[in-house]
Amino acid sequence: MSSENSTLVKLNNAGFKQNDKWLVEGVSLTVEKGKIVTLIGPNGSGKSTTAKIALGIYKNIEGSVEKYTNKVGYVPQKISIDWTLPLRVYDFMLLTENIKDESIDEALTLTGVIHLKNKNLGNLSGGEFQRVLIARAISKKPELLVLDEPVQGVDYTGEIALYELIKRISDTLNCGILLISHDLHTVMTATDHVVCLNGHVCCSGSPMDVAKNNEYKTLFGEQASQILSVYEHKHDHVHSDKGEIKKN
Amino acid sequence: MFDDFFIRALIAGLGIALVTGPLGCFVVWRRLSYFGDTLAHSALLGVTLAYSFELNIALSVFIISSLIALILIQLQKKTNLPGDALLGLLAHSSLAVGLVVIGFLTFIRFDIMGLLFGDILAVTTDDLIIIWTGGALILLVLKLIWKPLFASTVNYELAEAEGLNPDRAKAIFTILMAAVIAISIKMVGLLLITGMLIIPAAMARNISDSPQKMVIFSIIGGLLSVVLGLYSSLEFNTSSGPSIIAASLVLFILSLFKIKQSIKLKN
Repeated sequence: MSSENSTLVKLNNAGFKQNDKWLVEGVSLTVEKGKIVTLIGPNGSGKSTTAKIALGIYKNIEGSVEKYTNKVGYVPQKISIDWTLPLRVYDFMLLTENIKDESIDEALTLTGVIHLKNKNLGNLSGGEFQRVLIARAISKKPELLVLDEPVQGVDYTGEIALYELIKRISDTLNCGILLISHDLHTVMTATDHVVCLNGHVCCSGSPMDVAKNNEYKTLFGEQASQILSVYEHKHDHVHSDKGEIKKN
Repeated sequence: MFDDFFIRALIAGLGIALVTGPLGCFVVWRRLSYFGDTLAHSALLGVTLAYSFELNIALSVFIISSLIALILIQLQKKTNLPGDALLGLLAHSSLAVGLVVIGFLTFIRFDIMGLLFGDILAVTTDDLIIIWTGGALILLVLKLIWKPLFASTVNYELAEAEGLNPDRAKAIFTILMAAVIAISIKMVGLLLITGMLIIPAAMARNISDSPQKMVIFSIIGGLLSVVLGLYSSLEFNTSSGPSIIAASLVLFILSLFKIKQSIKLKN
């Protein structure tokens, strides 16, 4: 199924230890072109750490990371920017790459914040800033997008629109997306592959597989599996990954 | 034309201001003022070495300052002491060792005041060559590392994740700091070099809303400070370093009015 050249990043049994404590260990996953891989798990389960391992931010890791692209867009979960810097949204869009003005305008329009282009970054609200972060990541037209809770602080209608946008980007740019999300509903509807973390990989597979997994149910409760049933009810198709369904 | 000491000082000062302008912005953005101070203090040791072994002053200062920066990085890795304590330790001990060594070099008459506060009479034609070629080199390298350095100043992880190699940019920037101190020590003096880096940049921050503007205003502020400072130094017979820094302080105070204005406009 996975040909070599469509792989963007591959983690082989990767883990990261800080102050003699494992933040996450034994993670294997592959992000391919045009596919969305989602990491779910409780707080402190190593989702952001896994993303940072995939991005190469952490250096002394166990296992290995194979990265096949340098065109990366990253929306971190936490970002602390020092406001002693005079920085407009426009300057921020050019932070890591010189992008054409049209691409900047296009990305800011897609995320609904084009009117903020010349505003100082420090004066934005949390939700506005989040939209700018997403715009910056997609304006580079990356091959790999890593989105760590990309819609935090965004209002509800905006959240849905942004997730739709992310799905659309994955299709149109044919880029691979590594997504971290708390919104199980989104995860279950718009994802190709789910990795459920709790310090290690507790289960992974298609959204269907994961939802049926007992460990997943223990982590997220019965409610979580109901989300899936809502989804199955709404749409009349099932993502079938032949021969991959695990019975528990 | 270069025969006149004042013209030489002016050309030297303008060359220095062109370099300290953009570098100073990074010193302010990255909160490196005490780091700059430490490198500048260690420069005294470099000067004494230059006299002892008859080396070029700028070269010897550059080597010692780079060495101190390396030692600092090692100490940061190997000890549990906070950064400011390590900076203080290195700044004062290198200054002290420098002064002790001067005590031993009885055969040379030192102009300590000139070393600490700058001396426009000391600028030679050779110094001009060092300042302008060194300065051009510093600016060229800064331009090359601008993207990764600036991106990692805004956010380290974004820069690292998107493949910009911020660690290398940081290491190169440290060397540039040592270099700018080396070329400006004669003019501004080792106690006031950090002022030349910080004050025009701080002034520029008050009147800028983008990084590019801040760099440009910082350069303009530095150039104006040099011109105003050197003329008053000539007029009142004061040391060149303090005069230049005092001029930049005046510009900073003027820039505060602009802040007041923009706050009023917002309300």
